[in-house]
Amino acid sequence: MSSSAGSGSLARYILIRVILVIPMMLVLLTVVFILLRVAPGDPVTAAVGGHLPPAIIAQKRHDLGLDQPLYKQYLEYLGHAARFDFGTTITDNQPVLNVVRDKGGATLTLTAGAFLVALLIGLPLGRLAGRFRDSGLDAVIRVFGIVTYAAPIFWVGVLLVAFVATHFPSWPTYGIASAQTTYVVPSHTHILIVDAIYANYWTGVFDILQHCVLPCVTLGLLITGVIIRLVRVNVIQALKGDYVEAARARGIPEGRVVRKHAFRNALVPVITVIGLQVALTLSGAVLTETTFNWPGVGSALVNYLNERDYPAVQGLVTFFAIVVVIVSLLVDILNALVDPRVRY
Amino acid sequence: MASVMSRAGSGIRSFFATIWNTKGLARYMFWAGLVITLVFVVCALFAPWVAPYGFDQTAAHGVDFPKLGPYDSTHLLGTNDQFFDIESRMIWGARTAIEVVLLSVILAGLVGVPLGLLSGFVGGWVDRILVFLMDAMYAFPSLLLAIVFSFLLKGKIGSGILAAALSLTAIYIPQYFRVVRNTTVSAREATYVEAARAIGAPPLTIMRKYLFSNVVQSVPVLATLNAADALGTLAALGFLGLGIQPTQASEWGYDLSRAIDDAQGGNWLPAFWPGLMIVLLITALTLVGEGLNETINPALRRRRLKPVMFGPRVPADVVGTGPSGGTGGTFDNAAADMEGGRP
Amino acid sequence: MSELRDAGAPVIEGPVLEARDLRVWYGTDRGPVRAVDGVSFTLRRGEILGLVGESGCGKSTLGRGLIGLLPDGGARDGELRFQGRDLLRLSGREQRALRGTDLAMIFQEPLTRLNPLMRISEHFEETLHVHEPGLDKREVEQRALAVLRVMGIPPTRYRAYPHEFSGGMRQRLMIALALVLRPAFVVADEPTTALDVLVEAQIIRILHDLRTEFDTSLLLITHNLGIIAEACDRVAVMYAGEIVEIGDAKEVFSRPRHPYTRELLRSTISLSTTGLNYIDGAPPDLVEPPTGCHFHPRCPDAMAICATDHPVDRDHGDGHRAACWAADVAEGLTLDEAQREPLKREEISVADEA
Repeated sequence: MSSSAGSGSLARYILIRVILVIPMMLVLLTVVFILLRVAPGDPVTAAVGGHLPPAIIAQKRHDLGLDQPLYKQYLEYLGHAARFDFGTTITDNQPVLNVVRDKGGATLTLTAGAFLVALLIGLPLGRLAGRFRDSGLDAVIRVFGIVTYAAPIFWVGVLLVAFVATHFPSWPTYGIASAQTTYVVPSHTHILIVDAIYANYWTGVFDILQHCVLPCVTLGLLITGVIIRLVRVNVIQALKGDYVEAARARGIPEGRVVRKHAFRNALVPVITVIGLQVALTLSGAVLTETTFNWPGVGSALVNYLNERDYPAVQGLVTFFAIVVVIVSLLVDILNALVDPRVRY
Repeated sequence: MASVMSRAGSGIRSFFATIWNTKGLARYMFWAGLVITLVFVVCALFAPWVAPYGFDQTAAHGVDFPKLGPYDSTHLLGTNDQFFDIESRMIWGARTAIEVVLLSVILAGLVGVPLGLLSGFVGGWVDRILVFLMDAMYAFPSLLLAIVFSFLLKGKIGSGILAAALSLTAIYIPQYFRVVRNTTVSAREATYVEAARAIGAPPLTIMRKYLFSNVVQSVPVLATLNAADALGTLAALGFLGLGIQPTQASEWGYDLSRAIDDAQGGNWLPAFWPGLMIVLLITALTLVGEGLNETINPALRRRRLKPVMFGPRVPADVVGTGPSGGTGGTFDNAAADMEGGRP
Repeated sequence: MSELRDAGAPVIEGPVLEARDLRVWYGTDRGPVRAVDGVSFTLRRGEILGLVGESGCGKSTLGRGLIGLLPDGGARDGELRFQGRDLLRLSGREQRALRGTDLAMIFQEPLTRLNPLMRISEHFEETLHVHEPGLDKREVEQRALAVLRVMGIPPTRYRAYPHEFSGGMRQRLMIALALVLRPAFVVADEPTTALDVLVEAQIIRILHDLRTEFDTSLLLITHNLGIIAEACDRVAVMYAGEIVEIGDAKEVFSRPRHPYTRELLRSTISLSTTGLNYIDGAPPDLVEPPTGCHFHPRCPDAMAICATDHPVDRDHGDGHRAACWAADVAEGLTLDEAQREPLKREEISVADEA
């Protein structure tokens, strides 16, 4: 009886949350439009001006719709974004969606791996630090968390590469796979590792995993710092909870109290904030990909930036905005599934 | 004037007393962070005297500096691939970092705090729209935002310290806004503010007297943590070639990006130093911020307690009303002599 | 009495719990707070002892101290015998093993005492598995449902989440959770303060009937004297960390020996109340309690001796004990003229400042 009522309101909660995505998306896209279309002036001249005759530039401006009034450009931009059409790059003249499709898989592999590393290290360490608050262990874990967060990704990356290159010269230090693997594996999903598994090409899978280690650890360490801090604070707060004292009064052993009562309840706010870290992770991914020559969306963005390709930058930034909104939606839904109170 | 000074003095004294009376790591973290930060601040303030050479100097006393020279008595940390003395670059870099970070944090606070106060206090549609806007900004990857801003500002005001500071400012406005606005909303609902409104205090007075003091408590923590974050973003911009240009000032992130090729070639020291500076200063600022947070925030704070030492046990047996029982007098009535509670 | 202590497992007449000179202090930056400072009492099997006093007199600290749930920086001293064993001499692990099985606690705010992410069934499963690892899932459910039935919770709600219950129901759940292991001693710390009057009566009824169902001894902490009169066999009155009077509930209420008890009774409100009475002043600072009798700065009967000498805990017959010089004098104790002189009033304000 009560469970059916629960799932009913869960469905309603998700529906409301999905509807809320629309205004949020609208705000983000408007910000992107103002920043990248209105503020900088004429993108075509900026990107290829000086190289091409004026007639061709005028033609390009017309193709991109830049000779239209701003409000029309705005509405068109929104309409395209709603159909996941992020425009076309100027410098290499291909749809941004293709860039995302070809390079998104590498970024996804990198961020997923980094999150895995961060959760594997951060959750247990944060719990330990929270449980043994103010002990020497806590001090060590906290300083570790702060330093991993403070250390610039490119610095950690560079030092790791220098270390590995001198001591383990055969270990790959850049790229997502060796040329052989990229050549052999046929493309289905555009996520190289999935394709390699699909093609039953296990040497390639192993090769990709080897390539993943350094970038994923580098990016993962950054997120680890955040997770340690979050879990620690939330465990400390949860350990002060009334139900924790009640559990102790029932004679539940301290280890179990921390695990089942404090830690589990501390994870509810942590899930929300980890969701917010997607923004941080994307920032980090841009730097990690640049450091390790990782063929992802982030390094593509930096390349287009250096070539002053405004439409490409705008398209990729729009894509990032949509990713952020969708992930925050997923996090809220996950939260509702974990915490029965949210649904009411 | 004197009274203002003394009030400020006692405020600072009670602030440090709060830190002193806090138990555990938070206190040591705060002090360690503060000391390291101060070292950097001193380097930044006195860079021309502390640093042996200028940040863009490639020769001294008629002798050209070597390229990628090893460390020796003239160059404590060696020279980098642009013939600069690394030690001097690090010290001048502290000045750049602190200038940019201070400027951006102050600017962001100047915009974010009043906006948050207004939004929280006025409420209604203004509040809703501002919150939505700021949340959208906050959800956006901060490095991307900084990249976009520095990209835009490059054409307008070049790529000096001001441009870098301005592109960082935009990132941190939403954070101040969120914290201040949420504090304001909860303070507005607090009973003492309601009481002030009930006795007819005008809104401006309430805002100034009751809310501002409340809100201001959370700002120092946020400012130091944001400063740490801003430093990382500045270095990332420099690393991507979007930050301060090397001719304008010495910047650690830029130096690091220059040193990468050499590091991959095996000479990792020129890359090591700027990174270490970044890590040290960010860590120090974070320590100050977290230490502050745990001493100011009562939910996290642990007071320093004196351990309990029990005195000797005073025999406190129950005494019957017998002749021998009392300490202050004697019973003259034998009938009152009843059975004692325990033998 | 004491020779029965070692007489074998089913002790019928011996005390379940015996505190002697129990102290529970906790540290602050100013020095220790003497929240419980030398308390002695016994509790027999199936007996309900009420504990009353103003807020901040240490009654909650005493309740927690008996179970072994100490505040941050807290410490216990003295003697606390549970079925003959001194709890203060046990290791942390042994104490934990007793908690739940033999010692249980019911808290003031039922709304926040259940883990919001765990179903009611999971609470019971956890508690039973920790203390009786041999039980299988069906036995656990049977045990839990049996207690829930006594508490009037229908078995259909067994798998519900805490937030699906009202405050009164959650308190009954907490009681059920405390009783499923049939503890010999339960502390109920203001179990009805957060609930409305009708639910209060219901909960008190349940607590009162516990001894017939579960043979439990109960320490009922409350500031509601009506509840004491209704549900308790004996009552202890606490002031500034000490038990100032203890005895049969009817006897204490009809013939209070200690002025504090008398004033506390006078300040309750009933239908026949015509004027409101209150006790002047505020409870003292427990870091530096007043010299002599802790109550002397507020006591209408205070004499000179009360400010200098701590009164003696004296039995006035049938286990009715009180620690008060004035009560002693009424019983025939002779004191010097100087000692019996009424206390100068200005000392009240001095003590108030402290």
